[in-house]
Amino acid sequence: MPDAMETVKNFILQEFLPGESPDQLKATTPLITGGILDSIATLKLVAFLEEQFHIKLEAHEVDVDNLNTLADISRLIQAKR
Amino acid sequence: MNPRLTSLQQFLENSARESPEHIAVVEPGAGSVSYRELAALSDGLRDLLVHLGVKPGDRVGVYLRKSVDAVAAIFGILKAGAAYVPVDPTGPPARNAYILADCSVRAVIVEAQRNEKLQAEWGESGKSIHALVLDGTGGGRPLAAALHAPERRDPAPPSATVSSGPGDLAYILYTSGSTGKPKGVMLSHRNAVSYVDWCSEVFSPTADDRFSSHAPFHFDLSILDIYVPLKHAATLVLISDEAGKDPGKLAPLIESEKITVWYSTPSILTLLTQYGRLQERDYRALRMVLFAGEVFPVKHLRALRALLPAPRYFNLYGPTETNVCTYFELTGEIPPGRDKPFPIGIPCSHARTLVVDEQMRPVRAGEEGELLVTGDAVCQGYWNLPENTARAFHAGADGVQWYRTGDVVVEEPDSNYTFLGRRDRMVKRRGYRVELGEIEIALYRHPAIKEAAVVALPDEEAGVRVKAFLCCHEGKRPSMIELKQFCADALPSYMVPDIFSFHDLLPKTSTDKTDYQRLKELR
Repeated sequence: MPDAMETVKNFILQEFLPGESPDQLKATTPLITGGILDSIATLKLVAFLEEQFHIKLEAHEVDVDNLNTLADISRLIQAKR
Repeated sequence: MNPRLTSLQQFLENSARESPEHIAVVEPGAGSVSYRELAALSDGLRDLLVHLGVKPGDRVGVYLRKSVDAVAAIFGILKAGAAYVPVDPTGPPARNAYILADCSVRAVIVEAQRNEKLQAEWGESGKSIHALVLDGTGGGRPLAAALHAPERRDPAPPSATVSSGPGDLAYILYTSGSTGKPKGVMLSHRNAVSYVDWCSEVFSPTADDRFSSHAPFHFDLSILDIYVPLKHAATLVLISDEAGKDPGKLAPLIESEKITVWYSTPSILTLLTQYGRLQERDYRALRMVLFAGEVFPVKHLRALRALLPAPRYFNLYGPTETNVCTYFELTGEIPPGRDKPFPIGIPCSHARTLVVDEQMRPVRAGEEGELLVTGDAVCQGYWNLPENTARAFHAGADGVQWYRTGDVVVEEPDSNYTFLGRRDRMVKRRGYRVELGEIEIALYRHPAIKEAAVVALPDEEAGVRVKAFLCCHEGKRPSMIELKQFCADALPSYMVPDIFSFHDLLPKTSTDKTDYQRLKELR
């Protein structure tokens, strides 16, 4: 689902990496363990995902396993849709 | 309630005598322990520590996730007459290894998964430090297992709990230091007990109360969390680091655990207000909401009070060095037009305060100045940093040692103090103290960075945003993602800059120092 990944990527670049060149953020770049998303940024991302993709994430799904890379996030979106 | 308790370990011993079967600590998902069980577990650790040679006055590290095990470890250390040094279990191992070596701990209680990295950081130098390694944490079971491990063929012989004197060191809390190294604030039993006694006066706790423990144990908010309920034979409900950051887990936990007294930073209360769906919860048990550590933006406080109108709300103020030293109770409606933050209030009964100008002369009410604090709850100084300690205190004409908070305040006509800002380069981020200089020093360690300057910019949403201005060696500019990773490996997450910006030159003052004023104006 490359469209969803691109949407999420743009959101992360704009919100949390302003000024970063887009090709630095890869599908496998660690977001949470890599210091890009802290706990508050993660919540903002979750709110964005829920609104943008009309999905509902449960509290136990908001974790490093599901959200650590763009690839993880797009898998999660696909599973939820 | 016995008014003669003068050490922290006596709080537990007294409650265990009076209410042995009452639940002392709940660790959601991992069980709970009674006062009798907590006392026995901490006695076991005390005996082992004494057997290993820990003596009154020694320091012992606590490198554990928040758990019954960690609470029992703290009391075991105190009962041995030693001071505990809690480190951030989620923080960089190198920083924690530095802290534990800095105050030369005699022993450390550490989870197996963290011990390997700790020992690697210490290398040869850590050989004389006993490590009591727990196979994880949870409900006190890993600690109990370690105390009864088969390789300890004979259990440690029973020893007696040490009666610590009021001036004896109880714990050391490390905070961000401007020289690039964290500095250890030394707090005595008198410092903590006088503060806890004040909490008893103002919050009237009973054995039926259920206190939240939201703050991590290396953060000063934990002192109220741990010792106020344990003094009053009430129940302490531990909130894990993971649940603590996630309003989706936190909001239902406050309901199901029937929390009666909540204490956290405003950042967490703001998250709960925005994302916790509080209107769907039953919070009838909640009688008090306490917050401290940073300014609570009025917009979010108003929204919280609209959702939860019943509890009493208190704004508590005080650096780690003084414990809470002023307080303000919010009463009545918050007018819709108000955006000025609420005052930090009036001095607590254990504290005296003074506001002075730059020449250290007292100012009149209504005039701005630096807040000074003295009293039983004010710390002894910084571990092994006599110069920092000397700078932090001002000797008054009457010989009184006043702690210089560095906070600029004004006394309002109603006698309440209002916080206006800082004198130096420290900022509060999510309640944590951040010395911008410590971030700069971490950035300078990156091989591509020639020059670094870090500023804090006000931000409506987050309170402050931390921005790093960087000059790089030619042709070596790292990506922002690489820098975030680099900072995350060296610093706690609340110190990682939000924004990086690259420049050929940084603005300088006429004396060739970084011109922070001009940096703040750069866009």
